Amino acid sequence: MRSLVVGEWEDGAISDATLRVIRAASERGVPVDVLTFSSTMADAAACIEGVARVLLAADEAPNPETLAALLQRIASDYSMIATSHRTAGRSALPRAAALTGNAFLADITRVVSAQRFVRGLYAGSVVATIESTSATLFATFRTSSFAPASRTGGAASIVMLDAIAPFAATVLIDRQAAAQNGRDLSSARIVVAGGRGLASKDNMDKLGVLAGNMGAALGASRAAVDAGYAPNAAQVGQTGKTVAPDIYLAFGISGAIQHLAGMKDSQIIVAVNKDPDAPIFSVADYGIVGDLFDVMGELDAHARAMGNAQ
Amino acid sequence: MTMKILVPVKRVVDANVRVRIGSAGTVDTTGLKMSLNPFDECAVEQALRLREAGIASSVTVLTCGLPVCQDVLRTALAMGADDAVLIDTASASPDSLGIARLLHAFMITDAGADAYGLVLCGKQAIDDDIGGVAAMLAALLGWPQALNASAIEVAGRGWLVTCGDDAGTATWRLDGPAVVSADLRLADPRRVTLPSIVKAKQKPLRTLDAATYSFPLEAQTRIVEMSEPAVRQPGIKVADTAALLGAIGSQRLFQNVGA
Repeated sequence: MRSLVVGEWEDGAISDATLRVIRAASERGVPVDVLTFSSTMADAAACIEGVARVLLAADEAPNPETLAALLQRIASDYSMIATSHRTAGRSALPRAAALTGNAFLADITRVVSAQRFVRGLYAGSVVATIESTSATLFATFRTSSFAPASRTGGAASIVMLDAIAPFAATVLIDRQAAAQNGRDLSSARIVVAGGRGLASKDNMDKLGVLAGNMGAALGASRAAVDAGYAPNAAQVGQTGKTVAPDIYLAFGISGAIQHLAGMKDSQIIVAVNKDPDAPIFSVADYGIVGDLFDVMGELDAHARAMGNAQ
Repeated sequence: MTMKILVPVKRVVDANVRVRIGSAGTVDTTGLKMSLNPFDECAVEQALRLREAGIASSVTVLTCGLPVCQDVLRTALAMGADDAVLIDTASASPDSLGIARLLHAFMITDAGADAYGLVLCGKQAIDDDIGGVAAMLAALLGWPQALNASAIEVAGRGWLVTCGDDAGTATWRLDGPAVVSADLRLADPRRVTLPSIVKAKQKPLRTLDAATYSFPLEAQTRIVEMSEPAVRQPGIKVADTAALLGAIGSQRLFQNVGA
């Protein structure tokens, strides 16, 4: 049997997330194919280390319902169909699983064997090993838990797929990217995140400027997003994004379990909070009890000085 | 308007309870506070608002599980849902597909799928964190779907739904009846009042036996082991920014400056 990774294209290249899912899938020990949606993308996928075969779909940007129908048609060739735990996969893969009578698992963090996987329950409070008996398992993977496959070293063949009738009852009207300071949250090596302690959108914007000056991404707690300080896309946690950067700096974030679920795998966690009893300190490697605006200002001054020195 | 809205809900360990692994190596929920899944609560609220706006005629809440799950159905009835259904799964423990199949079977055999203009549920349950049922049910019905919705309005014979996605939001037009899953932002749930709790006890709550739907409910995934995640080594408090820079190293903290 084989694995199929549904590829994602971002900024003119195969996404880093896809490279990580390819690495995850290859840990099952069976050949890995990649599904692509343009000839440029197919050529890029064919070069990726460890890819056995590239499938080229006729439809360039299928909606989730159409992608699910496409996966239904090819599912019987595969014991697993996987992609990253992002919007497109979370929508299309469970749909395809139901169309084919198979199981769906979300946000897998480790591959134990071809049929055994590890994922979190209860906002990561419990780690579960799951065994699948599904003929084709549909699964999304947490990309921060896997290293990326190399973009080079492969020489896969490309197979064209026949066009599929698009699902016409769902139409994309508009896509709005949230205004973003700094880098892409999911892949940033440094994340600067703010919570309700920032007390205003102005202050969150200042934190965004700090993120920009540090070459970091801006994240936020749900409380800060709900208060309107930051866009939904910046939310880190159980229901937002899961990140695992080198350094995570949390400003004015109390540290609810739902937030910790999204950042506790960071290598170094720094917490700045005026409340010495804030739960965030229980996961922080370095904590400062004090005024977060002082620390923000001092870090910004350092970042600017280093930027000017370059 | 005769369109009905179906809101499938789940009873879960309350969001404020810290779940731990017991001596048997599993999560023992005995004695833990249980609640209506918060995302489902938002779905109930939005469904009620659509009914109050005259867009829908009634709101039915449904859950699959044991009789003890009636408490969350009563909560939804107290919020204002018109009637409730418990599909008793007895000793079976269906996975996401099993739940979607039960919901589908209920819809086509009870009032008929055509009676419903919308299925609205939470985007994920906060216990298993999978979020698969909405898309699975949409697949079985052949209906359009929109997940993680933060806004919904009626549009002709269908719906206009704004959904959170990776980089911002996306707005989808869904033609005809649809399955939509709710983000917490979709609607802030109303508080349940004492008179409404009393009134909810008079509202219809039916119990159906899952076994009457003749398909197997065995899950295709099973948990073979549970553990608690590794605890991080305790950290240290540092006095100020200078001490922080000294501890982490300025080069490491500012590795991306200008990059």
